[in-house]
This record gives sequence, structure tokens and C-alpha cells, in this order.
Amino acid sequence: MSALTYDDVMAKYEPVLGLEVHVELNTHSKMFCGCSTIFGAEPNTQTCPVCLALPGALPVVNEKAIESTILIGLALNCSIAPFSRFARKNYFYPDMPKNFQISQYDEPICVNGYVDVEIDTDEGPQSFRIEIERVHMEEDTGKSLHVGGSTGRIHGADYSLLDYNRAGIPLVEIVTKIVPGTGKYAPEVAKAYVAELRDILRSLGVSDVKMEQGSLRCDANVSLRLIGSDVLGTRSETKNVNSLRSVERAVRGEMIRHAELLNDGKKVKQETRHFQEDTGLTRSGRSKEQAEDYRYFPEPDLVPVAPDAKWIETLRAGLPERPSLRRKRLQEQWSVPDKEMAAMINADVLNIVEETVLLGADPTKARSWWLGEISRLANEKEVAISELAITANDVAEIVSLVAQGELTDKLARQVVEGVIAGEGSPAQVIASRGIKVVNDDGALMAAIEKVCSEQSETADKVRNGHLPAAGALIGAVMKETKGQADAARVRELLLGHLGQA
Amino acid sequence: MSSLSRDDVANLARLARIEMSDQELDNLTSEFGVILNAVARVQEVATTDVPATSHPLALTNIFRKDLVIPSLTPEEALSGAPASEEQRFRVPQILGEEA
Amino acid sequence: MIKNSAAEMAESLASGATTSVALTQAHLDQISKVDGKVHAFLHVDSQGALEQAAQVDAARSRGEKLGPLAGVPLALKDVLVQKGVPTTCGSKILEGWRPPYDATVVTNLKNAGVVILGKTNMDEFAMGSSTENSAYGPTHNPWDLTRIPGGSGGGSAAALAAFEAPLAIGTDTGGSIRQPAAVTGTVGVKPTYGGVSRYGLVAFSSSLDQAGPCARTVLDTALLHEVIAGFDPRDSTSINAPVPQVVAAAKNGDVKAMKIGVVKELNGDGYQAGVRQRFEESLELLAKAGAEIVEVSAPNFEYALAAYYLIAPSECSSNLARFDAMRYGIRVGDSDGASAESVMNLTREVGFGREVKRRILLGTYALSSGYYDAYYGSAQKVRTLITQDFNNAFEKCDVMVSPTCPTTAFKIGEKANDPLAMYLNDIATIPVNMAGIGGMSLPCGVAPEDGLPVGFQIMSPVMQDQRMYSVGAALEAALLSQWGAPLLSQAPSLGGAA
Repeated sequence: MSALTYDDVMAKYEPVLGLEVHVELNTHSKMFCGCSTIFGAEPNTQTCPVCLALPGALPVVNEKAIESTILIGLALNCSIAPFSRFARKNYFYPDMPKNFQISQYDEPICVNGYVDVEIDTDEGPQSFRIEIERVHMEEDTGKSLHVGGSTGRIHGADYSLLDYNRAGIPLVEIVTKIVPGTGKYAPEVAKAYVAELRDILRSLGVSDVKMEQGSLRCDANVSLRLIGSDVLGTRSETKNVNSLRSVERAVRGEMIRHAELLNDGKKVKQETRHFQEDTGLTRSGRSKEQAEDYRYFPEPDLVPVAPDAKWIETLRAGLPERPSLRRKRLQEQWSVPDKEMAAMINADVLNIVEETVLLGADPTKARSWWLGEISRLANEKEVAISELAITANDVAEIVSLVAQGELTDKLARQVVEGVIAGEGSPAQVIASRGIKVVNDDGALMAAIEKVCSEQSETADKVRNGHLPAAGALIGAVMKETKGQADAARVRELLLGHLGQA
Repeated sequence: MSSLSRDDVANLARLARIEMSDQELDNLTSEFGVILNAVARVQEVATTDVPATSHPLALTNIFRKDLVIPSLTPEEALSGAPASEEQRFRVPQILGEEA
Repeated sequence: MIKNSAAEMAESLASGATTSVALTQAHLDQISKVDGKVHAFLHVDSQGALEQAAQVDAARSRGEKLGPLAGVPLALKDVLVQKGVPTTCGSKILEGWRPPYDATVVTNLKNAGVVILGKTNMDEFAMGSSTENSAYGPTHNPWDLTRIPGGSGGGSAAALAAFEAPLAIGTDTGGSIRQPAAVTGTVGVKPTYGGVSRYGLVAFSSSLDQAGPCARTVLDTALLHEVIAGFDPRDSTSINAPVPQVVAAAKNGDVKAMKIGVVKELNGDGYQAGVRQRFEESLELLAKAGAEIVEVSAPNFEYALAAYYLIAPSECSSNLARFDAMRYGIRVGDSDGASAESVMNLTREVGFGREVKRRILLGTYALSSGYYDAYYGSAQKVRTLITQDFNNAFEKCDVMVSPTCPTTAFKIGEKANDPLAMYLNDIATIPVNMAGIGGMSLPCGVAPEDGLPVGFQIMSPVMQDQRMYSVGAALEAALLSQWGAPLLSQAPSLGGAA
């Protein structure tokens, strides 16, 4: 097989994408029963007759899950169906206790939406519209542990061990229409779409959206067609894509694989493929001799969902600002450079910085505290910033104290450290640690005189008008006063003392 | 009009995960001919203008609040298991898609 | 004592004339005497029943306020789960399974102090009309041990007719309460769909299944109805409304000014002469009691059977998928190197009986892509038409009536190899399930030609269950004054009856 480059592919083919994203909702209880959904519990401790499919048990729909799904639909500009229904998708699999999955089939709850995503192209930032076909509700499966064999994988295992804690956790599936016209940016668009979706879901507060824990999972459908043709190619469906970077790699990899097959006169098989995190390649799933027939029919144990218009409008009115628009607005309002903005998003401090600013702090100062000292301390402790015992309120207070000259930057860092160490509010830390700015001019003058006599050569330079030399003296004075002095006042007094005021 | 071949019946048995002997397949194939002819009568009156009823009650929006209630103990959950290990259900090797 | 009605037993308990332990023991003794011949029970929980009885007696002696049936024994169809008590649904696939939870019906019974004697035999997963499809052998009709006791709830009905229990729980998907009641000379009610919780009722066909009360008198049935009925938040299809006042209706038995609609299509050809005769006589008695008899037509009922044998198998093919040898029940073929798939296939081959397999495959076919619209989809439309027929008819009458079954009890084995002939038993009972309304069968005499009981069916609109109790009580009273003694006194003694 010839090794094609990405440019070779693009010279001849146009990619067509389709993306299916599964999101585990963060409800307290499961989709159809009252079992807890907490991640990482001991096996089979979060199961009951319903989610184990014991004979006789019946499902009852979690209202919060419906609400979350409607919120997702609204945020993705979908129409909310006035009447929708659950259906049974019948197939046998040991991780699915009922041997059918309660899902939605021809009557999903949300249809026809879109999401706009922006990516950097050779011609600058460009926006792509991803159309959403449907958003529907279903339930997750249990988890199997494959024992025996060498790899811990399903193939070659002697037997499997099943834990049904995850069985029945509410799952929302978001399906795009086919996405044509992305050209060579298909991998970036796919990644940007999943990233945008993740941000939207996070802003809605409906899911933990942790790809590494499986609460956000992406299946990428890719096909190629000859440039200029309107005949769609055969698609492959790549599962197991568990990070944003993998979405991009999987799409790119599949495009090249398809092109190689097509160039060699071979056919692309319509099949499920599994993404390999280590190689970036996909591997064929076990192909079935015959296509599965899911025998969907309306779930007779549940009644239809018919959300009234008032409920939908209440939910719509409470929708948060779209994360991408909000980011743009904040970046403008705070005049933040792109790189800094990206850093804030990466560190997930945008919300807390905004909160701090809303409490009156200067945006630049607020940003530098959260992104600088506080991030550093969080790293040191190996915890998330959100887990630290410091609030937007504390930071706003510290910024204000610095602005008023009550604290120096150095002292402020001590206060931050104290708050994080659990010593109380900034005021309490200041009181208990005895932190205060030395603003007694007499004490400062004594220190200045001491420093000037010790470093008389430097002092002379200043006297002779070489002002930059003052920095070293100011530093020495600050050291002398153990950082408790206001540097601006020290500079003022020093320059006056050396006749340069 | 409604008849199923032996292969059709074998395929249904595969979909329904039921092993069947040749004898059983033969019997069912002939019974199905009779039964399908009888049940196909529904098509006489099921015209397009008739709505489908999938449920006898016209209820909608039956929900429960998102509240956690106690689960079974793992012992209870596993009490009927043909085999278990490490507090999990032990099942024979799965020859399926990798999940 | 065991031949009394449940209401009479409850009175004796309340007055202190007897104790629940004594009453329970008397029934356990009767079971020991006759169940070898009848085989109504799959499991007798002597110890549990006596413990429960002792608790009720203790509560009574403490002066606690007890329900009207507290201390009275009951037989539970083996399709309802009871914590710690074997539940098989008459299937080999569940052999040895002890559920870790109670069905809501069972919880309600326990809360009411009703003593559960054990689990009764049934057609496997409630699929059948004769109880011959039980993996544990057939139940015999106490009227004639060579005949079927009806099905699927033949065990519950036979237990009543053999005085092994004064009360029983059945479930009715296409007639499984009413048809056994008819052929054993007992009373059985399928309440309005959603009137009694299905939580813990092992599903056969979810949109048709309904648990209901069985007894030897209309009043006993009503008393049990009020114990088990009511809204259950664990069943999404449960009706959140007050339980119809069926006990008051059964006590009143007033049919004056009521219009009783005789269904034209559920009579005539195919109905045994003696069945028709007893039915007609009953109509005259009701007319004498002050009811107006009118004829109503339900032209689409003739499609009900066909629709039923698509809908019920379709739902069962999905409902029974969970019996796969992974989490509970038997496991077959788990040898070295066997796959989960082959273990599922082998377990389901061995664990399911012939009728269950037949219906699973039929349902799998009816739901499969390409055939859904022609079969399952069409059947759902027929369901709409049947419901419309009922609605139209109920504009002209308060209740509808028909014979419960076309014939009296047939011989064991007689129809075992002819599924279509077997399915015809349910021709008059199925429409009720399709529309989700209430239905009752009560005995209206024996057919002159064979001396076997005939059932009279009363159908009432959704959540108007009290109407069928009014009519049933009126007819029962009229018949009783004719007979001079309950119909069951004409049944042959099984040698153990007191």
C-alpha cells in the first residue's frame, strides 16, 4: 500500500463527517431507578432490581434527566418535540441486563439544531455550522472486566466479570447531520465541534464531560467522496475516541486509510472501528456475519414525554450565555491577549476570574492572581483550583487591599497562602500572622539611611542623576523591612533623601 | 402470503438467542405457516387512517424526582448469580465488539 | 371452616372464634390432603405462612387496628415475586431463583395482614390457557381431575375450587384470571389496566398484563381488590386516582336502572350449547333484578385474537430477553471455552418450553424490520379499533356482558398440539385486555351436557370497576337463591374436603 500524505488525500477527495456524541448526565440517580451514579464505587453496590433487570422490575423516568436533555436541545438550537417516546432497542449483550436498551427511535425529544464552531484556517478564523439531527435519551451499560488472556482485552479472555453500577446511568446521544464542506479542515472542525459541545454541556451543568472517565464519548463517522462528485462514499464509524486530540487524529487517520483503499481500487467496508490511542490508527471491530436487527418498538413500561411549552420556555429563559460568545465578550471587556485568554480557559479559571472581577477587582490583577500564584499553589498541592479553600471574594479583597496600599504584592502572596492553608479570610490571616505594611515614614527613613550608608557608591550614582540605580537600593530597603513596606513610598522617600524628588 | 422458510425461522432463533434442534425448526416452520396466516388478518382493517395504540392508557409525563434511594446490597444483587467473583457477575467469554 | 367465604373467615377472626394460625393450618392441611391430586401449588411456604399468621394473631390480641382480610390465607400466582420465596413463573429457566424483593402487590398483601400460603402453578410465563405449559407439570381441575383448570392462572383457580385457599392472586394478559375462574366455578377479576401495580409482576406482555383478585364470591374478590389496588410510583403505568369503591358495590349488588349490553359478536357460533343456555338464563335473572338488557355490537372484536397474538408475543420476545443465564436462573453449557453467546443459546433452549419459544420467535418476527408495519403496527391499529368499539358500546350501556369462554373445561392434552384451537379459548376475554378496561368472570351454573361450570363475563369501562361488581353481586345473589347453595358444593369431593 502506498503511503499517502494528507495533501495527497485532499488533492482528490472531499471528506464528509458525521459525529455522534454520548454524554453521561450528572444526575444524582440513574435514568430509570433511584440508584446512585457516583463514579468509582465498589462493584455492584449501586444496583437494584430495575437496573439489574430482575424479573418484574419496572423503569420510572428521572425528571432531571428529561430537563437536562431539553436544556441540551435548547442550547444546540433544536426544536423540542411536543411529544416523544422511549423505544426498546433489542439486542443481546451481557453488559446490558435487560438485553434491550431503553432509547428513543423515531420520536426523539430534540431535533434539527446547529452549533457554530470557529477554527483557525490559512485565511484566518473561519466559522463552520454543524447541523444537529437529533438529541435523544437512553441509558448506559454495565462495565466488563475481561479476565485471562494476555492483554486484558476482550479477545482471548477466558471469562468476564460484570459490574452493573454504570448500567442505567442517563445518557444523551447527540447526532449531527452529515457535515460536508469542511475540506482539509475536517479533523480540526471535528475537534472544535466536540470541544464546543463540551463547553456548552459544562456551562449547562448537566454533565461532568470528562472524556477520560467516559462521561463524554465520541464516535466519528468518516467517508470520502471524489471532489466534484455528489455521491457519498462508504463510511466507517470509529469508536473509543476518548480525547479531543484523538478526535482530530482519528478523523485524519480514517481519511488517509480510506483514500489508500480507494486509490488501490478497494472498497471501504461499512464497519465499526476502534481508535488506538497509542498508534493513532483504528482497528476493525469484530465484523458480524449478519446485520443486527434491533426490532425497535415503543417501550410499553413507560408513557410518552410531552413537555409543555411553559416548561420549555422557563428552561430556555434560564439558558447560560453560549461559552464561545462569552469568551469573546470577556476577552474584549478585559482586553486580554489571545495567549492569556487561552491560558485561562485551559486552567479553567474563567468563571472564577469573572466572579472576582464582578466583585470589583481589576481584570488584569484578578487574572494574574488566579492564573499565577493560585494556580501554582494548586499545582503544588496537586489539586484542582476549585478545590482550594480560596474564593473569588477573598481574591477581590486582597486585590483591593493591595490597591489601597494596605498590602504589598509580597505580603499579598502570604495572605493568599494563608487563606489556602485554611487560616480563614484575608482579614483573619492578616491579623493572625501579624502582616502589615510598614508605613511609618520614620522607620522607613531609618532603613533608607542605613542602606545608603552601606551602599554609598550606588547612592552616589543616584545622587548624580542615574535613577535606574535606585532599584537596587529600594530592593535593599524592602529586604530590610522584611517586605512589609510599600515599595512606592520607599521610592518616593529614597529619591527625596538623595535629592532627586 | 405469510410463510416463513426454515432458514427464516433459524434466523429468528438466532436473533432470539435460542438454540434449536432440526426437529424443532421443522415443527416451528410448519406451525408458523398456520399461525401467520391467522394473525395476518389484522391487515384487513389496519388502514392508514387508523392511529396505532401502543398503550391502553393515554398517560404522559410520568416522572420521578432525581433522588437516590438505597440500592440492594451487593450480596442481594449477586444472590441469584450462576457464578460470581470479586463482587462481580462472572460470565463466559464474550465474543462481541470491544466496548 | 375452609369452605367458608373469606369474608366469613375474617369475621370469625375478628370475633375471636378462630385464630389466623388455626385457619392457616387448616388450609395447609387441606393442601396436604388434596394437592397431590390437584397440583395447584408449586411451592408451599408453610413456615412463612404460619409465622405471618402468628404475627397477625399477636397484633390482634394487642388490639391493633387490622385490615378487613387480616389473617385470611391466600394463594399467590408464581408470576409475582415474593422476597426470599422461590419464584419460577412455571419455567425451568428460573428454577431455584429466590427474588431479593417484594412485588408491590405482595407488599400490599403483607401490609394488610393477608397470609401468603405459597406460589401457585401456571402456564410458563403466563403463556397458555390450560396450565399444561408449566415446566412443573399440569394442574388438574377439581371438578374433573382429567380436565384443565384453565390458564394461565390454573393453579390459583384450582386452589380456590379445591378449598386450598379462600383467596388467590392471578394475572390476566388475555384472560388468565377470567378463563380459569370460568372453568373452575370461581370468581376472578381483571381490574382496569393501571389499577393494580405491575411492579414485581414478571412481565409477559407489559401493555396487557394486569394482576387481579380471585376468590369464591364476588364480595371476597372485592375485598381483595381493595387490598391490592392503588397508585404505585414504581409503575409508570399505574393510575394515580382513588381505587373504585368495589366493596361497597359488591355489598349493594344493585342493578336497578343499569343498562347491560350483550355483545352480539361474543355469542352464537362456536359457543357450546350449555354455555349459551346458562348465559341466557343469567340475563333473565339480571332483567328480573331490574336491569335493562340491550344488545351492543363490537364489529372489530373478531380481529382481537389476531392482534393479541402479535402484540403479546412481540412484547414477550423483548421482556423475556433478560433470561440469559448471566445474572440469575439456570445456566447451561458453561464448559471450558464456551462463549456467553452459546451459553445464552443453550440455556434458553433448555430453559424455555415449546409455547414460550413459539411466541418469542413469533414476536421476534413481528417486530423485525420490514415486517413491523404489517404485523405489530397493524395489530396496534386493531387495538385502536377495539377500543373505539368499546367506547361506542359504552355509550349505550353501563357494562357489557358475554360468556367468559366458548366452552367448559376441556381434557388435559386435548388441544396441546393445536395452538390455534388453544388460542380460541381466549376469544371473549382478549378484547378487555386490548382496551385496558375491567373484566370479571363469575360462575353462572354448570352446562347440562357435561356438568362443568360456565363463566359469565362482565366488562366495565376504565376505572369503573365498581360497575362489574354491582352486576356480579346481583347475579350471584339471584343464582344463589336458585341453587340454594354455592355452585362449588356441586363439585365432586376430592376426598379431603372437610
